[in-house]
Amino acid sequence: MSHLESSTPIVRCEVDFTKRTEYHEGLEAIRAAHKLLAEATFTPSLPDKGYTNRTLYVNVGTREIMEKPVTRQMKDIFLGGRGFGLWYLWNAVTPATRWNDPENEIIIGPGPVSGTTQYAGSGKSLVVTLSPQTDIPVDSNVGGYFGPLLKFSGFDALELQGKADQDVILFIDGRKGVIRIEAAPMEPVDSHVLAEVLTRMYAENDEDRVNISVVSTGAGAEHSLIGMLNFSWWDPRRGCVRLKQAGRGGIGTVFRDKRIRALVCRGPVVKGGLNNPVDPETIAKTGIKFHKEMRTNDDSQCKMRRNGTAHIVEIMDAYDLLPTHNFQYGSHPDTHKIASPVWQARCTQETVDGCWYGCSMACAKGADGLVLKTGPYKGHMVTVDGPEYENAAGLGSNGGVFDPDYLLELNFYCDTYGVCTITWGTLTAFVMECYQRGILNLERTGGLDLTWGNAEADLEMMHQMARGEGFGLIAGQGIHKMKAIFAEKGWGDPQLMADIGMECKGLEYSQYMSKESLAQQGGYALTNKGPQHDEAWLIFMDMVNKQLPTFEDKAEALYYFPLFRTWFGLNGFCKLPWNDVVPSDNATTSEPAKVPEHVQNYVDVFNATTGLKIDKDELIRQSAKVYNFQRIFNIRMGKGLRSFDIPPYRSVGPVTREEYASRSERYDKQMLEEIGVDPAGKSMDEKIAITREYRMKRYNSLVDAVYLRRGWTPNGVPTLARIQELGLDVFPEVVEIVKNHGG
Amino acid sequence: MRQLRIDMTKCNYGRDCNHECEADCATKVFKVDDPALAALHIRDHGDGTGHAILCDQCGDCVVVCPAEALKRNKLGVVMINKKLCVGCYMCIGFCEKEAFERNPDWVEPYKCTACGICVKACPHAALEIVEVPEPAARII
Repeated sequence: MSHLESSTPIVRCEVDFTKRTEYHEGLEAIRAAHKLLAEATFTPSLPDKGYTNRTLYVNVGTREIMEKPVTRQMKDIFLGGRGFGLWYLWNAVTPATRWNDPENEIIIGPGPVSGTTQYAGSGKSLVVTLSPQTDIPVDSNVGGYFGPLLKFSGFDALELQGKADQDVILFIDGRKGVIRIEAAPMEPVDSHVLAEVLTRMYAENDEDRVNISVVSTGAGAEHSLIGMLNFSWWDPRRGCVRLKQAGRGGIGTVFRDKRIRALVCRGPVVKGGLNNPVDPETIAKTGIKFHKEMRTNDDSQCKMRRNGTAHIVEIMDAYDLLPTHNFQYGSHPDTHKIASPVWQARCTQETVDGCWYGCSMACAKGADGLVLKTGPYKGHMVTVDGPEYENAAGLGSNGGVFDPDYLLELNFYCDTYGVCTITWGTLTAFVMECYQRGILNLERTGGLDLTWGNAEADLEMMHQMARGEGFGLIAGQGIHKMKAIFAEKGWGDPQLMADIGMECKGLEYSQYMSKESLAQQGGYALTNKGPQHDEAWLIFMDMVNKQLPTFEDKAEALYYFPLFRTWFGLNGFCKLPWNDVVPSDNATTSEPAKVPEHVQNYVDVFNATTGLKIDKDELIRQSAKVYNFQRIFNIRMGKGLRSFDIPPYRSVGPVTREEYASRSERYDKQMLEEIGVDPAGKSMDEKIAITREYRMKRYNSLVDAVYLRRGWTPNGVPTLARIQELGLDVFPEVVEIVKNHGG
Repeated sequence: MRQLRIDMTKCNYGRDCNHECEADCATKVFKVDDPALAALHIRDHGDGTGHAILCDQCGDCVVVCPAEALKRNKLGVVMINKKLCVGCYMCIGFCEKEAFERNPDWVEPYKCTACGICVKACPHAALEIVEVPEPAARII
C-alpha cells in the first residue's frame, strides 16, 4: 500500500524521559518478603538447529518442576510454538475441562526459528490455553523477550498447570540453571509497575536488565474473563520496561486464576546464532536483504518505522473500513484526530522500536510522556506501547473516542490492568450502542453515561472492572455473556443484541468493518479460535483490489492464507514483515498477494535453521496438520462445527435502518444489480430484509466452498481422508472424533 | 567529528590504503587474520578501476542498532562494542555507503574507524582526515 505521501513532514515528540514515574522504591522489602516454595536445577543449554529438544513443565499447585523430552513426532507434526501448545493442551485436558480447572494449562512456546536476530520479526512466542471466553483453545502471539530467552536458557516450551494456594512467581535462571517457585506476597499488581520491579529485582546489575523478561498481567484480569499477558523487555534507550501483549481469549484471566503473579526469565547474553542454525550464512544474507528493503521501501510504502501499524487508520477510513460506533459505519469526520500524523508526533522517533533484536520493521512504537488523568496512577508520567492500529480503531473510532490523549490513556490502562485492547474496544462499542438504543441506561450502568465518545465513562468502566465492582464487572464478562445477562434481565431484544454484538464463538471481533468483503466475513467467522485478523485479512485483496471474484477464489484464499499465517505461529515469526513492506518488483510477480520473494525468505530461513528441506508447498502442509488438529480439538471441546462459524449479522450487512440509510445508494444499487430486485417502492424494512436474506445465503455458499476446499464435511468436520493425508490418523482419539461427527 | 575523505581526482586505485589497512588496522585493531577483510574496503569496478568505500560516520547505524552496540566516541567516530553486538546486521542493511563488513566466521560486523593509517599510506595524498559538524540524528 502506498497511500501515504513520502513527503509527510516529520514531527518530533520532545519528551524529558527523566520525568517518567519510576517504581523501584521499596524493592528490598518486596524481595525480603519472598519465600522459596520449590526449587529445581537444570543444565542450561542452547538450541541445536532451533530446538533445545526439551520442555519445562511446572505445576504451581503441586509445585512439581519437571523436564520433558521433545519427541520426533512433536517436531514432525506440531513443529513448535502454537503446535506444541496445542499438543500439550490436548494431553492435559478432557472434553469436560473448563478454563478454571486446575488441569487447564498455559503453554508458552517460541518455535524453532524464534530468537533469530538476523531476520526481522523472529522473536515471537505463542501462548495457548483453554479460553474463559470461548471454552476452546485460544492461541495468541506476542513479542517481547521471554520466549527467546526461555529457549536460550534450554527449553522449547513452558507448560504451566495447577493452581497455587497463594500468589507465586516462577523464576527461570537460564545462566545458573535454577528454577524457583517463590511466594510473592507484596508484589504490585499492575504490569507497568510489576515488570519494572521484577526486572530490577532479578537482574544482577544494570547491564543484566536486558537479559530479563517478565510475563505478567494486572488487576483487570483478576475480575474479568478478558485478561491478557504482558511480555516485557528492557529498553535501554528509554531506560524503562516495555510491554507486548498476548491479548486474545482471556489468557491473563487463566494466569491469575492459577495465582501466578509473574514469570521471570533471565537468559544468556544474546548473540547472533544462538539457535545454532545449520546455515548461518543464508540466514545472514536473507536478513540483510530484508533490512535493505526496509531502508529503501518503508518510507514510500507503509512508514511502519515511524508510525507502526497505526499508519493505516486513515487508509481504513478512506475505504470505509474503519469500525465506527460499533461497526455500524466505516468512516468518521474526526478520524484525522487519531490518524498517523498525530501518532507520528506523539510517538518518540529516532529510536529503535523492535520488540526483538533485528526487527528492522520496528513497529513497536512508544508514546512517551503521557500524564494520566484518571485512575490509580493519576498524575503519573508513563510510556505507552503504541497505539497499534487495533487500539487506535478499537479504543478510538469504534467507541467514538477521537481524543488522542484519552485514547492513549485507555491503551495504557488496558495494558497495565492486563486487559485485551481489541476485546475492550469491541465490547465497549457494543455497550455504547446498547446505551444509545435504550437497552442500557444510567440506572442499569450504575451512573455511567456511556454515550459515544465519552472516554471518561469508558475509563471509569475499566477502573470499576479493575476494582472488581459495578457495571465494569459485567462488561468484563465480554459480549457473549453480556448478551445473555441483558436478555435475562429483559433489557433488550435478544435478536438485536445477537446482531450487533460483534463476537463469534465467544471472542470479540478485531477492528475491520467487513460488511463489503465476503471473504473477510469468512476470514473472521471461519477461524479456529474466533474472529481475529491474524488468520485471514482479505479485505483489500477482496474488496479493494478485486482479486477474489468467485466463491472458488475466495475459498482458495481462505484455504491458503490461514494456513500460511498459521506457520508464523509455529515457528516464532511475526506476520508483519511478510507483507506490510514488500519488494519493489512484487507487483510484477504472478501472485503479489502472497509476496513470493518473502515466502521464499521464510522457506530459506527455516531450512537454514533446522536443516530440513521444505519448499513453499510443504510449508502449507506443515500448517495444515496443526490447523486441522486445532479444528478437531474444538470439536472435542463441544464446538468446532458449522453452527459455531456463523457471524453476527452486523459483520455481514446493515442491521438497522440508520445503517442502511448511511449507504442506501450502494445497497439499492447492489439490490438491483446483484440480487435482481428493484428497490423502487420498497420500504426500508423490506430492503433490509431482502439484503439480509441475500447476504446470509451468499455467506453460507462461501462456507460450503471453503469447507470443500479445506477437505471438511458440510458440517465443518475434517474428513477421514484429509486426516490420513496429513498423518493425523496416528492419534486414535482424533480418528474417533472425526468418525463420530461424520468426517 | 572526525571523517575520512577521498579526492578521487588524486586516487589512481593503487590500493595502498587498503593494503595498509589490511596489514595494520584489520589485523591489529580488529584481530582479523583474513587480509581481504580490511576495514577500509575497496569496491572493484572490474575494469581496472575502483574506489574506496569510506564511512561518513553519519550515525545512521547508531540509530538503527537495537543493542546499543554502536556509539560515537569522543572524536565523533562510530565504534562497535563487540560485547553488546547481537549480530542482527541492521547496520549493514541500513548503511547507504555499505561501509560495514561481515566476517562469516564471527557475528560482529566491523567498519572503518578513521584511524588515519590509510592517509599516511597514500602516496598521492588522496585521503585526508577532516573535522566536520556532527549531523543531527534522523529517522531512518
